[in-house]
Amino acid sequence: MPDTTIQDTSPQDGAYNYGYLDEQTKRMIRRAILKAVAVPGYQVPFGGREMPLPYGWGTGGIQVTAAIIGREDTLKVIDQGADDTTNAVSIRRFFARVAQVATTTHTAEATIIQTRHRVPETPLTDGQILVFQVPIPEPLRMLEPRETETRTLHALSEYGVMQVSLYESIARHGRIAKTYNYPVMVNGRYIMSPSPIPKFDNPKLDRSPALQLYGAGREKRIYAVPPHTPVKSLDFDDHPFEIETWTESCALCGSTESFLDEMIVDDTGKRLFVCSDTDYCESRR
Amino acid sequence: MSAPLLSARGVGKRFGGRVACHDVSFDLWRGEVLGIVGESGSGKTTLLNCLAGRLLPDSGSVTYETKSAGSVDVHRLSEARRRLLARTEWGFVNQDAREGLRMGVSAGANIGERLMAVGARHYGEIRGQAADWMTRVEIDVERLDDRPNTYSGGMRQRLQIARNLVSNPRLVFMDEPTGGLDVSVQARLLDLLRGLVEGLHLSVVLVTHDLGVARLLTHRLMVMQGGTVVEQGLTDQVLDDPQHPYTQMLVASILPV
Repeated sequence: MPDTTIQDTSPQDGAYNYGYLDEQTKRMIRRAILKAVAVPGYQVPFGGREMPLPYGWGTGGIQVTAAIIGREDTLKVIDQGADDTTNAVSIRRFFARVAQVATTTHTAEATIIQTRHRVPETPLTDGQILVFQVPIPEPLRMLEPRETETRTLHALSEYGVMQVSLYESIARHGRIAKTYNYPVMVNGRYIMSPSPIPKFDNPKLDRSPALQLYGAGREKRIYAVPPHTPVKSLDFDDHPFEIETWTESCALCGSTESFLDEMIVDDTGKRLFVCSDTDYCESRR
Repeated sequence: MSAPLLSARGVGKRFGGRVACHDVSFDLWRGEVLGIVGESGSGKTTLLNCLAGRLLPDSGSVTYETKSAGSVDVHRLSEARRRLLARTEWGFVNQDAREGLRMGVSAGANIGERLMAVGARHYGEIRGQAADWMTRVEIDVERLDDRPNTYSGGMRQRLQIARNLVSNPRLVFMDEPTGGLDVSVQARLLDLLRGLVEGLHLSVVLVTHDLGVARLLTHRLMVMQGGTVVEQGLTDQVLDDPQHPYTQMLVASILPV
């Protein structure tokens, strides 16, 4: 069924500017992105705009995408690895309307991938851009409540407190129990929150050929990891960083290498493990 | 002995029109414990904060003889270097242990923080050192993984001391370390402090209003009143033969038990 609203919001009729945001705003966001790329891992403040979705649903990611998207782009949007969840579907439709871009669910075909909570299983390539939606950009937030102090800590590279939190985790649980939003050191300089992706995905950030952009709408921060930048997950010498493993394989595609979601499928508590990355899973069936 | 470890020249600080301390000068040598006594509001804590680089004085200078980089003007250092100094060569013991500790993390993490801040990345070694320091400040090692908010006041204070001493500082600033503790706990803490100061050859600047603490711990004493130093000298000399009327009053006001 043709979507008539595409014509309604074309740039000619003046309802919305191309890509929803006005050109001044895009320029401001692009400046922030350029700065973020120039200083990998550093959080650049920007003048976040109201977007037609609530905070926490991806306002940061959607602004970054709106600022970089062009007619030739192909957009993929994933939420928890899936292309067909509500948030992913609405953001994809939003950009199909306001930017008239082609959309896809195939990782390899996309030029821009906006994501929440996952990095696709299919390895990214040169020229692709991964846009993360970030709820809390400050990795030190839960350890140091004062914003002025966290900025000083970043400026002076004083990261003892981050290590303290990992120490505490081992002391309490016998291992580093953090499984998502696992802090990373970018380019040997800034500690960065990788957004709430599972730590399973952390190794994919390291020296990735794709550009990674992180947008936090509520906190109005943008940060970035340029292609091929070293990203190291923090750990101890005697408690090295490890990713999750499963004894099961995906019930649909049989993969033993992807991140699996556990689902309870009936009232008797029967469990099923399936790939969280729907595109990856479908391509293997 | 070459240069004094810490030397203050004409240090003054005012808050608006109110003078907190005025024209304070002294030298502190290695292994020496200097006491600053005086009544509440006499500028002791302000002076201590100025010395420790936590407050910028309006006049005067504070020079510190570093381990390897010669003497530095504490207030002209970059913030990065001053903070590095503060967590390696210095210690700061607050009156309220809650200000000096991370109450949300275990005692081991509290002690290990300085080690991790300067790059220690071996969990087992950090924990070993933390346990060692727990023993040295007489806290049961079994409490290593407990949070300080489950500790008593005296234990918290000892933990705070361990947290500061783990980096082998040369100079420790103490602001009423025994304040708010009951007398028997105070006595044990004083014993502990005296042992540590002697054993580690620490230099200490100790602020207190308690002349008993000053008598037990300090070698030299500065008496402050209204922001100025009214009398200074060897502790025994000042306490046994006070010259200034205010010091005489202070000494006379100790309750005989």
